[in-house]
Amino acid sequence: MNKKPHAIVMLRRNFLHITRNPTSVFNAVLMPVIIMLMFVYMFGDAFDVGVDYIDYATPGLMLLAVCYGLGSTATAVNSDMTKGIINRFKVMDVSRGAVLTGHVVASVLTNVIAITALLGVAFLLGFSPAASPLDWLGVVGMVVLLGFATGWLTVALGLFAKSPETAGLASVPLVMLPFFSSAIVPAETMGPGLREFAQYQPFTPVIETMRGLLAGAPDTGDAVTAVAWCVGIALVGYLWASSTFTKRA
Amino acid sequence: MTTTAIAVSGLRKAFKDKVVLDGIDLEVRAGTVFSLLGPNGAGKTTTVNLLTTLMAADGGTAVVAGHDIATEAKAVRAAIGVTGQFAAVDELLTGQENLQLMVDLGPVSAKDGKRIVAELLERFDLVDSAQKPVSTYSGGMRRKLDLAMTLVGNPRIIFLDEPTTGLDPRSRRTMWSIIRDLVADGVTVFLTTQYLEEADQLADQVAVLDQGRIVAQGTPEELKRQIPGTHVRLRFATVSQLDAAALLFPDATRDDETLALRVPSDAGTRSLRTLLDRLDEYSLTADEFSVHTPDLDDVFLALTGHTTEAAK
Repeated sequence: MNKKPHAIVMLRRNFLHITRNPTSVFNAVLMPVIIMLMFVYMFGDAFDVGVDYIDYATPGLMLLAVCYGLGSTATAVNSDMTKGIINRFKVMDVSRGAVLTGHVVASVLTNVIAITALLGVAFLLGFSPAASPLDWLGVVGMVVLLGFATGWLTVALGLFAKSPETAGLASVPLVMLPFFSSAIVPAETMGPGLREFAQYQPFTPVIETMRGLLAGAPDTGDAVTAVAWCVGIALVGYLWASSTFTKRA
Repeated sequence: MTTTAIAVSGLRKAFKDKVVLDGIDLEVRAGTVFSLLGPNGAGKTTTVNLLTTLMAADGGTAVVAGHDIATEAKAVRAAIGVTGQFAAVDELLTGQENLQLMVDLGPVSAKDGKRIVAELLERFDLVDSAQKPVSTYSGGMRRKLDLAMTLVGNPRIIFLDEPTTGLDPRSRRTMWSIIRDLVADGVTVFLTTQYLEEADQLADQVAVLDQGRIVAQGTPEELKRQIPGTHVRLRFATVSQLDAAALLFPDATRDDETLALRVPSDAGTRSLRTLLDRLDEYSLTADEFSVHTPDLDDVFLALTGHTTEAAK
């Protein structure tokens, strides 16, 4: 008897969901692109960031694209939970790892699709990074790590929320957080209070790391902070998701 | 062959300070339908969650299919199938894909799986919609698919948590006949419901659950015997009419609030005619006349002091 491992079956299910529900991917892809066009064309000239605005903003918008994909992940996980699909899997002895990892991997895949589309548009708008192939590898690594970390946190939120609506709502802070970072404008130009928040919140080092890599001048300090934040978020998300999965029926 | 499919003793569960199950005892014989009957919030779903190993009990023991739920959860899970309160179907997949998912995750081989999926689609009358996404299915079709998914692994004990809640009367009857077929195949069914008619129709044994306690247990017949028998209910327009009628029928019970009189009767035409003639003789007219055979609603009211959700 050669049966597929549960993890593969669950992954296949999550991938099928992406192909069957193109609107959720469309949202995750389209919103960041619209925001990019808006900022680059409407506000870009108003910000003095020292370099071409598209070069400045693209790394931040990549992060935004990751966050926009999370809403659909939270909703999908929650509907599995509240409709009893997860209970069904539990009674069939499908492992926690298989069920949850399927969602996280699907979430990261959505992120990758959205970022690829976003970068395509960025290049059309004159994005000219100075990154070497090795730097690009670093960018991909950073994006996947970020998607993985926020993916676990979102899966936990989805499991915890009472309904799909609240799950969607719970992911809103993650979508808003990039605006209060150095994604759109440098943190130094912000008012007091907000400036400190933007400087020390987790997304800023992630953006600065990608910005450095894309400019061909990576900053090790930023990268270490960024990776540490991502590992921390992933760990919190993983532990929270695992305990909620076990406890809630 | 063992004859006990599920044995529960002193099962308890509380969420924070709120006691949901306050020590329940049950015994379900193999190959029968056992119905746990109670209003919303009585603790029905919690009982199912405990017996299906989805939650851990705070106290008491339960043996399902010969295995202890606390120490042999894996063996319990291998023997049971569960259909939860909401149709746990994947809306984005087709009916066939949903069933295939259960094959892929369950113990059946890929080769047998193909045959089982085809058989279940046929048996549940879902062949025509097998290739359509479940989001296009009606409520009744979802429930049928849900149950079909539970049957993929051919479990010997099936838990059905309110399988007909929200279904129209026709779909409900279809579900009932499916459940009867399952029992005919030797499957044990543990059914929760808030519909007394459903328990009456399907169950060999009924336990009435109210606020976390079993308040009565027995066959539907036994439970019905615990309450007043068949009677005729007469409602009058005025108190004086009620007074006059009460004098005519000394063994009747009166309800002053609704101006009604309950007269014991076998409900045959002869005794009814006698009763009506009697009223005529004294020029009494009732505004309302009904013959009442006891159903489980009466049992519930008699046992718990309040009616069920369905009867409200």
